[in-house]
This record gives sequence, C-alpha cells and structure tokens, in this order.
Amino acid sequence: MAGTQYESELVRAGARAQGAWGQALYLARQYPLGTIGAVIMAFFVIAALAADLITWRDPLATNAPLSLAAPSADLWMGADVMGRDLYSRIIYGARISLAVGIGSTILGCALGVLVGLASGYLGGWFDLLMQRIMDIMQALPLLVLALVFAAALGPSLQNTIIAISIPLVPSVARVIRSNTLALRELAFVEAAQAIGMSEWRIAARHILPNTVAPLIVLATAQLGSAILTEASLSFLGLGIPEPHPSWGRMLSETAAEYMRTAPWLVIFPGIAISAVVFGTNLLGDALRDLLDPRQRG
Amino acid sequence: MGAYLVRRFGLMLLTLFGISVIIFTLLRIVPGNIVDILFDTAGMVDPAEKARIAADLGLDGTIVQQYVNWISGIAQGNLGFSYVSEKPVVEEIAPRVPITVKLALMALGFTIIFGVPLGVISAVRQNSAIDYTLRIISLSGLSLPAFWLALLILMAFVAWFDTIPIYTGRPASLGEELALLAIPAAAVGFRSSSLVMRLTRSAMLEVLRQDYIRTARAKGATRQSVNYRHALRNALLPVVTVLGIEAAFLIGGLIVTETVFNIPGVARFLVEAIRSRDYPIVQNLVMLIAIVVVVVNFIVDMLYAALDPRIKYSD
Repeated sequence: MAGTQYESELVRAGARAQGAWGQALYLARQYPLGTIGAVIMAFFVIAALAADLITWRDPLATNAPLSLAAPSADLWMGADVMGRDLYSRIIYGARISLAVGIGSTILGCALGVLVGLASGYLGGWFDLLMQRIMDIMQALPLLVLALVFAAALGPSLQNTIIAISIPLVPSVARVIRSNTLALRELAFVEAAQAIGMSEWRIAARHILPNTVAPLIVLATAQLGSAILTEASLSFLGLGIPEPHPSWGRMLSETAAEYMRTAPWLVIFPGIAISAVVFGTNLLGDALRDLLDPRQRG
Repeated sequence: MGAYLVRRFGLMLLTLFGISVIIFTLLRIVPGNIVDILFDTAGMVDPAEKARIAADLGLDGTIVQQYVNWISGIAQGNLGFSYVSEKPVVEEIAPRVPITVKLALMALGFTIIFGVPLGVISAVRQNSAIDYTLRIISLSGLSLPAFWLALLILMAFVAWFDTIPIYTGRPASLGEELALLAIPAAAVGFRSSSLVMRLTRSAMLEVLRQDYIRTARAKGATRQSVNYRHALRNALLPVVTVLGIEAAFLIGGLIVTETVFNIPGVARFLVEAIRSRDYPIVQNLVMLIAIVVVVVNFIVDMLYAALDPRIKYSD
C-alpha cells in the first residue's frame, strides 16, 4: 500500500516530472526539510568516504608543539591536547560514527525482521515467548541496555555495534510482526496458499517485500538514535576504544578540562554529532510522510 | 477491568523476572572474573584463599544458587556488598536516590510545561511559519546529544559568569539544591520536551481530523472551543501514554547529564559502577531502573484504561 502511495505521488507529478531528475526535483519541492536532511547525510557520507583526499594531516599523529593550538588556516578546527589535528579527526570520526550507526542499525533491523516475521507468521507459543522477551528489553532505557551490553562484551568496534544493535531489535520486531499479521489476512496470501506455495516461501516472497516501506522509515529513525548512543557510550568511556577517532570520546577527553582555554574542542565534535543526527531525523520524517501516509502529520 | 488489572500486574512481574535473569547472566559472562582479579592482585596462591574470596563476594555455588541468593536477598532488603567500597549496596544506593528523583521530577515538569502547549500550537497552526519553527526546534532538541548540551551550558556559564554550576559538596538548603539542579534539569528537559512536543502535535492532528471536530465546526463552535474543549481533551490521552516512554527516555538523559554536571545521583553512579566493574551495584541499580520504568508504564496503562471510556479491558 505504501508503495502505491509513493507511486501515486509521482503520477500526480505527472507531466511535470520527467525522468529520474524530474522526479527527484518534484520530491525535493514537496519535502524541503527532508531534502535538507538528505543533503546533510550525503555530505557526511562523502566526507567519510573521501577522508583520505580531503584531509592533509594524520588524525592519529600526535604533535606536542601543536598542543591546544587554536583554529588557523592550516588547522581549520585547531588541535587537541596531544596536538592532533581536530579537523582530520572529525572527518575520520565520520567514518566511525557512520560505520557504527549504519552497522548497528542494519544488524538491529535484520534481527528485528527475523523475530517479527517469525513471530507474526508462526504465532502460538513462539510468538508469546518473543513478545515477552521484547517487553523485557523495552523495559530498560536504550542507553542503559547498551551500557550493560557494552560492559559485558568489552570495548571494541564490533562489540559497540552489537551493544547498540540489540536495544534496537524490539521496536523493529513489533512493527514487522503487526505488519505480518495484517498481511497474512490479505487475499494474495490466501491465493499463494491455494496454489500450494510453502509457508516459508510466502513469508519470504510475499510478506517480506511488503514490509519494506515501514522498515525503511523505522531504520532511518533508528539510525539517529544509534549514532547518538555511540556518541554517549564513547563519551562515558565505554564505547569505541583508542585509537579510533570517535566524536563522543573527543568530547569526554576534553570535557570540562580545557573548555576555558580551547573551546573549539567542545564545539566542533558536538556540531558534527548534532548535524548528522539532525540530518537523519529530517530525512526520517520526510520518508515517513512519503512511505507511511497513515502516520502523516 | 479487574481481570485486566490482575493480568497486567502478572505481566509486569514476569517482565521484571526476565530482566533480573538477563542482567544477572550478562554480568556473569563478563570477561575478567573479579575473584581471579582480586586473587592475582593480592598475590595469593592458595586455592583455599580463592574459595574464601568467592564466598565473601557471594560468588560460590552454581549460577542458579547465586541467582536465588540475590533474589531472596532483595526480598529481605539485603542487596550484598559493593566490591569497591565494601559497604552494603543499600547504603551506597539509598542516599543517591533522592537527588536523582528531584532532578527527574524537575526535568519532567519542564517537559510538560513546554512540550504540551508548544505541541498544541504547532498542530493548531499546522504548516504555518510557527509550526515549521517549532518543528525544527523540537527536531534539533532530539538531535543534540544530552552531554554536549550540558557542556555548552557549562561553557556559557564560564564565559558569562565565570563560575561553573556544578555540585561541589553538599548544598546547604533545599532551595540551594533545587537552584543547582535547575540547570541540569532544563538540559534534560529540553530533549524530553522535544519528544513530547512532537507526540502532542501528531496526537492533536489525529484528533483534529475526526468527524466530531468537523461537526463541532459545522455547528458553529468557535475556534477556541473546538481546539481546546473538543480536541485537546482527547489529544491529551495519548500524551499520557507518552509519559511511559518518557520515563525511559529521561533516565537515558540523566545518565550523561549527571556525569557532566558532577551530580552525585544514581544515574552517574551506574556509570561509575560499570567502569569499576562493581557488579553488585550495577545489577541492583539496573534492576531499580527497570522497576521504575515498568511500574510507571503499569500506572500509565491503568490511567489510560480509567480515562478512556472506549477501552474495555474485559478479556
């Protein structure tokens, strides 16, 4: 249903929207805030991918004479207490932030889809058990659950991704489950059953593709919280370990200590985190309006 | 209603039981057994010494026995001893609770005072300049990391007043304490009020689209009367539900905010305990947080059932 909504929007654009560019322009006019979000995201993705090309200093190289150097033509954002170039660290930090954010969102969504699909399709005791487990996980704040998992798994890049992905599972599982339950009642599923298709094939070929739209909406919303959670974990010293440049940890290293003498150490990493999350939130809102018209507000 | 209440209460206990099992298990698969660490750092070699340390920490016996000991301890008000301070866990946690409760209540007040009215304005003036402004503000509220906002506030204080409003020593009076907590509470509340503003807005828009609102307008009710008497009353119902989500959201914000502002509450204590691997503290604090969230959600569900005559929980 959501797919047809998207198509009908494009059809309404009709004569005006010719080709991919025309469609993109039409959508950009319809969703100005979402477009801003997409541009912000594109900016950070490109910066992360092209980090080697757009920086000229090693983000990890310490340089004592430059300790706490103020922003200048060469050091755009100044240097931290170890004399590391903050600009390079922020650009390379985009890699870490996006890798952890996207990685944990994909992992969390994949697990959530698996649980939700099985739960909605199989029903019975399996569904009941899964629902209770999801209840349990939702009873703890995202950050608390991620903190406990991060502590239990130990600090590393992969473990941070796992620790953040697990608290994301329940909300995905719930949406996919209720979607599956609704889809199962529809005529085309009955038709597939009538021609003798196996249940697993129906789930994979008919149910799953129809849950893509709500999944995209959810995943974008979750990307923002995943990035924020990584920043918080690293800020608290339980996330990404050295030597990876993490925006959250940059703020904890400098926190109150140098904010009188080197305020740029507090300002720039914070702007980077906020901008990325703001971008995903804008994009997420627009995607929700576009793909999930029932929630349109 | 009676049967629903009993069933919902049973579910609540089941959820808490599940959380206790998960937390307990997670903290026991942690790399680096505390008994081994203490044994090695003390330079002991006698296995009998090791067994004694394990017994002292309540880490002897099977994992099931340890779990049963913990839960029966909770029932008797005995939560074990902190690994770090070696004081009873209750003595460590109890004095920190009121500080966090005050902070949380102030943040919640801030959330409701700003979140609900601004959400209503945003919905009533949908797609106007003020709606767009409020939406962008609320979205940026959700995008700023709580700890960064706290750091920015500290920086502003340093720049303008040349002091840092952080906790140093015990405040002399309740008034002084509340004044100290007001700024961190506003920092936490800004984020939560953004969430409430967004949810109020969408709840309000949902209601404004209903037939009875059109009827009220058609019969000539004033804009004020439609918006506030007919719409807001019904839109506030889903907002009550949000308070359940809020409880969890607020606690997340408190953890980093207490850390930045150096507030000796339970939220910062959790982080300290995790860092120093003080698992008796961690496991009991996480349980305490879970109980708060689950009980708040239970109360919200009951309120919802009591307030909304359309909902009949008869099954």
